[in-house]
Amino acid sequence: MSPAPAPQALSAPLVVEFPFTRSLGPVQSAFLTGLRERTVLGVRTERGQVLVPPVEYDPETAGELRDLVQVAETGTVTTWAWNPEPRRGQPLATPFAWVLVRFDGADTALLHALDAPGPDAVRTGLRVRVRWAAERTGAITDIACFEPHDSAPDTGPTTHDGRFDDPVSGIVAPARLDYTYTPGRAQSDHLTALTDRRIVGERCPSCHKVYVPPRGACPTCGVATTDHVEVGPRGTVTTFCIVNIKAKNAMNDAIEVPYVYAHIALDGADLALHGRIGGIPYDQVRMGLRVEPVWTDGARHPDHYRPTGEPDADYDTYKELL
Amino acid sequence: MSGKEPVAVVGIGQTKHVAARRDVSLAGLVREAARRALDDAALDWADIDAVVIGKAPDFFEGVMMPELYLADALGAVGKPMLRVHTAGSVGGSTALVAAQLVAARVHGTVLTLAFEKQSESNAMWGLSLPIPFQQPLLAGAGGFFAPHVRAYMRRTGAPDTVGSLVAYKDRRNALKNPYAHLHEHDITLAKVQASPMLWDPIRYSETCPSSDGACAMVLTDRAGAARAPHPPAWLHGGAMRSEPTLFAGKDFVSPQAGKDCAADVYRQAGITDPRREVDAVEMYVPFSWYEPMWLENLGFADEGEGWKLTESGVTELDGDLPVNPSGGVLSTNPIGASGMIRFAEAALQVRGQAGEHQVEGARRALGHAYGGGAQFFSMWLVGAEPPTT
Repeated sequence: MSPAPAPQALSAPLVVEFPFTRSLGPVQSAFLTGLRERTVLGVRTERGQVLVPPVEYDPETAGELRDLVQVAETGTVTTWAWNPEPRRGQPLATPFAWVLVRFDGADTALLHALDAPGPDAVRTGLRVRVRWAAERTGAITDIACFEPHDSAPDTGPTTHDGRFDDPVSGIVAPARLDYTYTPGRAQSDHLTALTDRRIVGERCPSCHKVYVPPRGACPTCGVATTDHVEVGPRGTVTTFCIVNIKAKNAMNDAIEVPYVYAHIALDGADLALHGRIGGIPYDQVRMGLRVEPVWTDGARHPDHYRPTGEPDADYDTYKELL
Repeated sequence: MSGKEPVAVVGIGQTKHVAARRDVSLAGLVREAARRALDDAALDWADIDAVVIGKAPDFFEGVMMPELYLADALGAVGKPMLRVHTAGSVGGSTALVAAQLVAARVHGTVLTLAFEKQSESNAMWGLSLPIPFQQPLLAGAGGFFAPHVRAYMRRTGAPDTVGSLVAYKDRRNALKNPYAHLHEHDITLAKVQASPMLWDPIRYSETCPSSDGACAMVLTDRAGAARAPHPPAWLHGGAMRSEPTLFAGKDFVSPQAGKDCAADVYRQAGITDPRREVDAVEMYVPFSWYEPMWLENLGFADEGEGWKLTESGVTELDGDLPVNPSGGVLSTNPIGASGMIRFAEAALQVRGQAGEHQVEGARRALGHAYGGGAQFFSMWLVGAEPPTT
């Protein structure tokens, strides 16, 4: 007898994207403002080394570093890796080399992109210079990239007070992560049943508690749950709150406030799930209210739950679910 | 040598907590608190053997593994540096991990620090990723906890006035704490009671602010304590407990993990009657109603009786069991640091260094933190005297 084919597990993209802000502090402020003014700044450590990019605190002594210096816009590649397929948001759209460049006058190297026709054109020791971006705002992208440039190493660093008109004090750093989300076997089963307007949980074989939505395992007993149990559709409001402010979240935009956000113990389930209560004025919702799901076309989940008209559940019947 | 090494808190430093510290980077922020803790202990970077750092989820500021970038600022080069992560309780857990390194004689002197720069982050967003297939019904942290507050009120019969009393007390206490974020000089009980209902039954004035801040402590052994210029706080008990966010049988009003954690701490400290034997409590109260709820969970009141302590003034600064003399999370909330601030404020009390919000004669104080969906708990009990066992 061959095993039954595994049901298709669900899968969908999950994009996590947010524009974070950064306060720069004095050293990074000077460094990025300097780039805007086509000036590369480093910082001198307590032992006299010049760090580019600069840091606020001495990596060796932990001392506070504020002694800024200006270095040349030429330098030497100290190591590199070819990037044959640039991704979105990378410095160049065509294949390029990631390089560590030690600016003339600096003792450490900065990571950036080198515009080169191919890996054969790149080597450690290659002389390069900054290609400045046409429009500069006070960001690392003010260096568009580096480009090969045959020149003798420039002279040492010169003192710089780090002062510029209209310094940049903060930047916006957009972050984006692309995931593929797979809810797994138990949740996929649950989600599939929802398309038939059935709410299906799973029972723990050890403690016999019914989990809705199921997670494939009982968190108390640590054993897999496989026994499907249809619950509801009716249930009891165990507790709730009245939401009076709109969350700053696009996913919630369609919901008008005030609305009732409730914990609902569906009949046959051993813990409450969360849902919105409708079909009753928000200020008349109460603990113990009996409710049922309201389904809408095209939506996987119940839109909300509404009163069934049954008498309220007695507190003793749901107090253990709070 | 047998048993654990006694652990002493010899240095405490905080930033002035505010809504936005646009003048400093993350590195500058943590540095400020760490430097103040070192100064308090009369130590320098070279005197530190290891650094243990904590903050809330990376998504909050979007700096992945910030401990790597902050090693320079905290003088951690050439030393062990650990990062602890237990959601909102992280500040407490971080201090306990640092304490264990000293107690186990792995290190003599450890710098521990926790921070959050909420102005550069978005906690609501960081906790509300658009997970596919799930219903987009989110009500924020307040919406998550408000139903549990309602359940507490139903279970205990507490009058709905108690939440405002907590907020009014904590905001007045904050006026005596120069490091607190909210300094509402014109606060009145009537103003708290009149503030808008956000997530009924939680009012705006009964919620914590969003803060930028850091807190640091220097923990050391007996030899280090003997060299310290100021009286240390001694660790008498510390524990952590966890439980799932959701499980059948979870008591959201008084989680079992919290009860177990407190019982472990009292057992270590030899405390049998916390209500009588503890002089001050710094507990993690992000929404005002959590004061009476935790009073029960932590064993200071019988089940159903916590609100009576609050209502009768027992938890006021001049009461019999002052709770959150610093103003608490309700007045200051750099999330990752909030737990450590509770631990540090407990230590300040028994060192007699809490200034205007000092509880007179405090000899033993409890610091408490919780996090996630009320699933991580960390607590320590500190005393003015070294432990005897």
